[in-house]
Amino acid sequence: MAAISEKATSSGPLEYSTEEGSLKIFGFWIFLGAEIVLFATLFATYLVLHGQTAGGPTSKELFEVRDFMIETLLLLTSSFTCGLAVLEMRKGNKKGYMAWMAITLLLGLGFLGMEIREFVTYVSEGAGLSRSAFLSGFFILVGTHGAHVSLGVLWILCVMAQIAKRGFTPMTARKAFITGLYWHFLDVVWIFIFTAVYLTGVVT
Amino acid sequence: MEQTQHHSPKHHIIGFIWSLLLTFAALWVTLKAPIPVGLRLTIIVILAIFQFVVQLVYFMHISEGDSKVFQIINLLYGIFVAVATVAGSIWIMLYNTM
Repeated sequence: MAAISEKATSSGPLEYSTEEGSLKIFGFWIFLGAEIVLFATLFATYLVLHGQTAGGPTSKELFEVRDFMIETLLLLTSSFTCGLAVLEMRKGNKKGYMAWMAITLLLGLGFLGMEIREFVTYVSEGAGLSRSAFLSGFFILVGTHGAHVSLGVLWILCVMAQIAKRGFTPMTARKAFITGLYWHFLDVVWIFIFTAVYLTGVVT
Repeated sequence: MEQTQHHSPKHHIIGFIWSLLLTFAALWVTLKAPIPVGLRLTIIVILAIFQFVVQLVYFMHISEGDSKVFQIINLLYGIFVAVATVAGSIWIMLYNTM
């Protein structure tokens, strides 16, 4: 209960200090529940079509263990640095938040770069979206996640710009916390892509 | 509210170590474990669920806020629909290919 940082109110973190802040964070959790269902439909589609390669390349032939491990480690580490950024935000340390968030974004961009390179390689090998039902399912599932990461990078940049200008207020702290939740959630989705698409894809 | 632990990075470092361990464990089970493929897949799905819990507890502060009970119920309902959708689809399509 004790206010550890001078910036936080006695009742807890700044982002929860107003009723609006609390409600919007709760609202974001509801949105994440809907996102789980959205991704579940794409996972279901991919998993039932995994074997339908129409004579084209199979997942075993396409996936490179080294590449998807690097993608996974980049995203896992970015989730960790994002957590550290929110921790600095709660201490009221703007510089710390900015630095950890910049690292998070660089790791996120590294992930996107790897993913785009992977997609370009597949397409150049004749394994594009329309080659087989398996590849349609693959590109839609992994691509939807990639689009979320891209959106996340842009969104976080906007929030960082606002914090650079206004510092931490109940509003900017709430935005920083919510973008953090979004980023961690994208890592959660990736864990299931890593497991159900890549790891499963190299053995079956 | 348990605020004190969130002001030291210890909590996050533990979460990060867990997530790395679970990731490499899943990779090892997939590529090297001397067990049938079906069992390997079951184990990596269980590891992914643990990984999900690590993110929720160590990074996403699921148990914070005034509405924590409702946000957990909402999340569980989302997971229920997700599991029903994925497992149900696989179950149906198993018979489609016979």
